Amino acid sequence: MEAPKYVWEGAIPLQIHLHESQVTTLPPPPPALILAPRIGYLPLLAPLIKPYFSSTLPPGVDTIWFDCNGLPLKWYIPTGVLFDLLCPEPERPWNITVHFRGYPGNVLIPCEGEDSVKWSFINSLKEAAYIMNGNCKNVMNMSQSDQLELWHSVMNGNLEAYQRVSSKLKLATVDDEYASLCLQKSQQSVIETDLPAQAKTGRVPVRLYVLSVSKDFDDLDEIPRVDSWEKISYINRPVEIRKEDKCFTLHDALKILLPELFLDESLMNVKLGGVDLEDAVRNSNEDVTSVKVVEDQGQNVCKQPEACRISSSAKIKLIRIQGIEPKLEIPFSWVANNLLNPDYFLHVCVCVKVAQ
Amino acid sequence: MMDVLHWDGTLSAKDFRIGAFAFAQKWESRNLAFPPWSWLPCPKHPWLAPPKEEGYLSLEKICISRPNEEEDIDQISQIETGEEETCCSGNEDVLDDATLVQSNHHELHYCDFQIVYSSTFRVPVLYFRAYCSDGRPLPLDEIEKELPACSSKELSKKKWTFITQEEHPYLKRPWYKLHPCGTAEWMKLLFLSDNANPKFEVVLELYLLSWFSVVGQVFGLRISFKISD
Repeated sequence: MEAPKYVWEGAIPLQIHLHESQVTTLPPPPPALILAPRIGYLPLLAPLIKPYFSSTLPPGVDTIWFDCNGLPLKWYIPTGVLFDLLCPEPERPWNITVHFRGYPGNVLIPCEGEDSVKWSFINSLKEAAYIMNGNCKNVMNMSQSDQLELWHSVMNGNLEAYQRVSSKLKLATVDDEYASLCLQKSQQSVIETDLPAQAKTGRVPVRLYVLSVSKDFDDLDEIPRVDSWEKISYINRPVEIRKEDKCFTLHDALKILLPELFLDESLMNVKLGGVDLEDAVRNSNEDVTSVKVVEDQGQNVCKQPEACRISSSAKIKLIRIQGIEPKLEIPFSWVANNLLNPDYFLHVCVCVKVAQ
Repeated sequence: MMDVLHWDGTLSAKDFRIGAFAFAQKWESRNLAFPPWSWLPCPKHPWLAPPKEEGYLSLEKICISRPNEEEDIDQISQIETGEEETCCSGNEDVLDDATLVQSNHHELHYCDFQIVYSSTFRVPVLYFRAYCSDGRPLPLDEIEKELPACSSKELSKKKWTFITQEEHPYLKRPWYKLHPCGTAEWMKLLFLSDNANPKFEVVLELYLLSWFSVVGQVFGLRISFKISD
């Protein structure tokens, strides 16, 4: 099965509690158990959630929002990314709280329901198109019906429909000369087809979320809960794959995005536990991209990077993309072409231990 | 040095910084009734001091309320020769809080502006937020009432593509921004429409001033200057 199919089928089991301030009946309603698509957005779950709680809600206007341990959740971040970022030790089901009142307008940008989410998605797609093609005309010129079809395919998790419409956009795929050369060598014969040449880009849209912790840890569950977005740096910056005569890896991409962490190049010897995509899939039927690193003779869940003194003050403890912890040596072009979200962005979560 | 004919209208991050300083300088030297722009460093990570080279421009508490529904707020500016030049209708009202006539207890609305570099689009982006004199934030539909008629028309035509609301990249609060996807194109046109073929250094000097003279018009802020200066 191809990687994008795995990504699209990935889901996070949620246990959604109604905030106590909005419970008007006794006993309080039990939490709603909902399977949320990784590539989706929390406000889109409203139609599924409301029926659970409608009889207990106080009267008035409903504006849905969520929090995790008191942290209001940014609705424009895909559900899977929020989970990877805020639950380094994957909690299943993920316990979050839903609110229908008291929207924190000073922290969260307003969300007027499905429309807001759709426009946020389209704007991200425009941005990705600009990065890959050098302009966003293809997205701007989408017909109304194509736009709707694309959006519905995302809402419904329909990869086939999505690929049908998105291929019309002719968004370039990420090219890596070295990786494709290697691939060609390993194949005995490369059959030329009549397909039009696929446009290639060297610029990859990336959104990086960096959680910084001040205390070192051995187990992921030692990572303190995130209580403020101040602890998370958000870096929205394209990565340009440099065409050199070696493979451009995930590691190389991180060096570009977080140069502060790679001051001491000579000490590069970072190894992080990685999981084969196939193994990850076989392990779980719900969250397809299950993260549990193969437990090696009862050792800790997350192997610490060895000799990871990248810089004396900070080191990367964890990298997660679509719930997977890829090895740093993985070709970045593969990651970019296979683990991207429907908005054509690669969302990467990183946990960094810093000196405090 | 790059030839403007082959230029795509964009700036590198380094060029943005140079251009920003040039802009702030010219702005201040023109004796506009506006306060000067401040250069603030971009906070990147909570555990690192912000890098000095990365920053953005900030201008606070600009009154965007229009004293008169029909007229735009025009700004008197002085070009290098010292002559006074006014824009369009010959209206010589200077935008100055002290002399602004309030009609019918019309509450004053203010705007904070920020010019932030976008590494995606490689151009400056205008972020803004508006509020009343008591600090109460203004939603977009109320801001719209203050904008010149042509802006509100644009806004209603393509609400979601022209002005978007999103989280400020550094201040992490909801701000509005003017969508930058067309900026590179019209910036290139702006410099090529003049028959002179300026050197890139000149383009850089004037980039932000030219850019702001266009985007500022959304808010009825006009600054005049000539590229051939």
